[in-house]
Amino acid sequence: MADITSRGTVTIATESCKGCDLCIPACPPKVLSMSEDVNAMGFRYPKLRPGCTGCGACALVCPDFCFEVFQYEAPVTHGAETR
Amino acid sequence: MSTDTFLPTDVPPTRPSHKVEQLKPDLLLHTNHHLCPGCGEPLVLRELLEVVTELGAAERTIGVAGIGCYTAFSSAIDLDLIQALHGRAPSVATGAKRMLPDRLVFTLQGDGDMVNEGLQEVIHTAARGESITCVLLNNGVFGETGGHMTSTTVIGQRTKNTLEGRDGSYHGYPILIGDLLAQLEGTVYAARGSVHNAAAVASTKRMLRKAFESQLRGQGFSLVEVLTMCPTGWFIPTADGPGYLDDVLGTVHITGELKADGKLVTTAELRARSQERARRQSAPGQEAERV
Amino acid sequence: MQRLIEGSEAIADAAVAAGCRFFAGYPMTPFTELLEHLARKLPEVGGTCINAESELEAVGMAWGAAATGARSATGSTGQGLALMQESFSEMTLAGLPLVIFNMSRGQADYFQSTRGGGHGDYRHIVLAPMDVPEATELTQLAFHLADRWRNPVLVYGDYLLAHTYESVEIEPIDYGTLPAKDWAVDGSAGGSGKSRLVSSLGMSKDPKRSVDPESLWKDVAKRHREIEATEVRVECGFTEDAELVVVAFGTAAKFVRYVVRQMREQGVPVGYVRPISLWPFPYSALAEAAERATRVAVFEINAGQMIDDVRLSVLGRAPVVAIGGISTDASGFGVGRLLDTEIIRERIESALKGQEVPV
Repeated sequence: MADITSRGTVTIATESCKGCDLCIPACPPKVLSMSEDVNAMGFRYPKLRPGCTGCGACALVCPDFCFEVFQYEAPVTHGAETR
Repeated sequence: MSTDTFLPTDVPPTRPSHKVEQLKPDLLLHTNHHLCPGCGEPLVLRELLEVVTELGAAERTIGVAGIGCYTAFSSAIDLDLIQALHGRAPSVATGAKRMLPDRLVFTLQGDGDMVNEGLQEVIHTAARGESITCVLLNNGVFGETGGHMTSTTVIGQRTKNTLEGRDGSYHGYPILIGDLLAQLEGTVYAARGSVHNAAAVASTKRMLRKAFESQLRGQGFSLVEVLTMCPTGWFIPTADGPGYLDDVLGTVHITGELKADGKLVTTAELRARSQERARRQSAPGQEAERV
Repeated sequence: MQRLIEGSEAIADAAVAAGCRFFAGYPMTPFTELLEHLARKLPEVGGTCINAESELEAVGMAWGAAATGARSATGSTGQGLALMQESFSEMTLAGLPLVIFNMSRGQADYFQSTRGGGHGDYRHIVLAPMDVPEATELTQLAFHLADRWRNPVLVYGDYLLAHTYESVEIEPIDYGTLPAKDWAVDGSAGGSGKSRLVSSLGMSKDPKRSVDPESLWKDVAKRHREIEATEVRVECGFTEDAELVVVAFGTAAKFVRYVVRQMREQGVPVGYVRPISLWPFPYSALAEAAERATRVAVFEINAGQMIDDVRLSVLGRAPVVAIGGISTDASGFGVGRLLDTEIIRERIESALKGQEVPV
């Protein structure tokens, strides 16, 4: 895990998600994937793996306003669980 | 590292960081909406509302909503709004603008609303050079009624009343509304964007900004047509929406600026340019030789 | 200052005096001159008059102007208004003030005016002036009532009203103060969390209500019941001892009133009822007049439209007969041979004798 660096991160309002999948291919570093479990509406939702660049593409293509996107002041090297 | 390692995403990061995209635009009262999964219309709404905020125009903007799926947002947009009848938004916007000429006035319409029911209205509004901006959400179907053919449905496209695909000899041919309006003298800016990927969304936002800026300068009519996904009305999985948009609607309603800075570019010219780009990409060697 | 001017110009002046600042219309005889006069007069007072590309666009523009709080109007003949009906009913639901002028061809738009061709539960106040001086007053009243009730008001004129020259003096009439238009959309409330929405769909920015057409439609129905109780306007003459009561509206009523007065001078026991507001219709005034009469006659220049409301008023108290009928000139503009005091007198005399009048 030490090899992976995140320059940014996102929050995901999973309960608003309708499971459309649009964010998955839209993510340039491919760090989003759909969950196995579902939210209260019965939809799968995206989950974040290390490697986010904070580019904001997910927010731009999300029809349900689920993403808030941040860029770190300094890149985070994973291994530590902190955000 | 294991690809199964997921990061917590329920709260903002505690490390020093800055926000680059908000959950929702400031001018959206809430994010609850009943539009279908994979719909492209909320993407346009996000950019439109952000542009209004960035221009500092929230306290002098009047929106006029047509009738379509996007009408649901009338109760969520934190701008002064007038709900119009199907097709009539450009006329309603005209009346409002003439009474309050220093306001930013825009319409939000679908292809059924603007190009079917209200074609005459939008053409005359452009011809009069009304200083308003018409925003067209073009998905090539009547989404709200369940996916029926509109005037922008492309040849071969399956809809609920063209089950074997639109046949020009039987159903007629699609209207390129952007071209139609761009050629009118009263039109100062016309562009066709898309929301099938993040780059297209960002480009659409620039078009919206240019349109609004031209209006605020009082230059005349502006149109921003945006191709939007409607997986429900297209009868395809949500994840296939962007690809379908690009391959089906996007090859007829080519994206780009159709009129800007007094220069007119037809959709045919945009198509030739995009084909030329595709040729260069597929055969870079030949391109180098020619240069 | 008294001026001898054409009815259309007088109505245009009255509209301007009432504070009308937006008008959109599409030319059509005999409405055209009203559009011409407003095209000239509105810019002089900082207003706007648009020669719209269709009636649909005209009413849409008037809708947008009204939504900003401006006094706004449109008009046409009944034919052109037929095209606008969807917007009229929807503007009623949206609670928008609008003044509509029908410079009609004849009197055959009674149903359209009072029942409408639009959709849903809606009503318009309908004012029917009989001559040019009254038209100038009712035009100003129309703008006041539209604002007071947040409801479209229709001024129902005709070819003769639009084209007759009469001497009038037009000054702004004060009908009283009105509540501020805090519902109007001026673009200033964006981002405040209290931005406004002018909608006919029962949509609201209050998340608790969000979409609630039932409440909206009930509110509109309540408003219309209040108008029915408040805004009836009618002129009655000699009804206290009339054996025959003649009912007529608009231009036809002016002819009927002249004939009835003449007959009264000669001792004939006739009277007249002239509904000035066609909606709300003066049901009670007519019922009262019919109480003492042996017969009620309706003179209208059409195949029989207002007679339905007369029958609903009279409710069997007296027989109701039609003494008007279809009558027009070759152009179809509605100045036919029936609009003649001699013919009207003959028909009233026939009705008095209980004879059938061919209509």
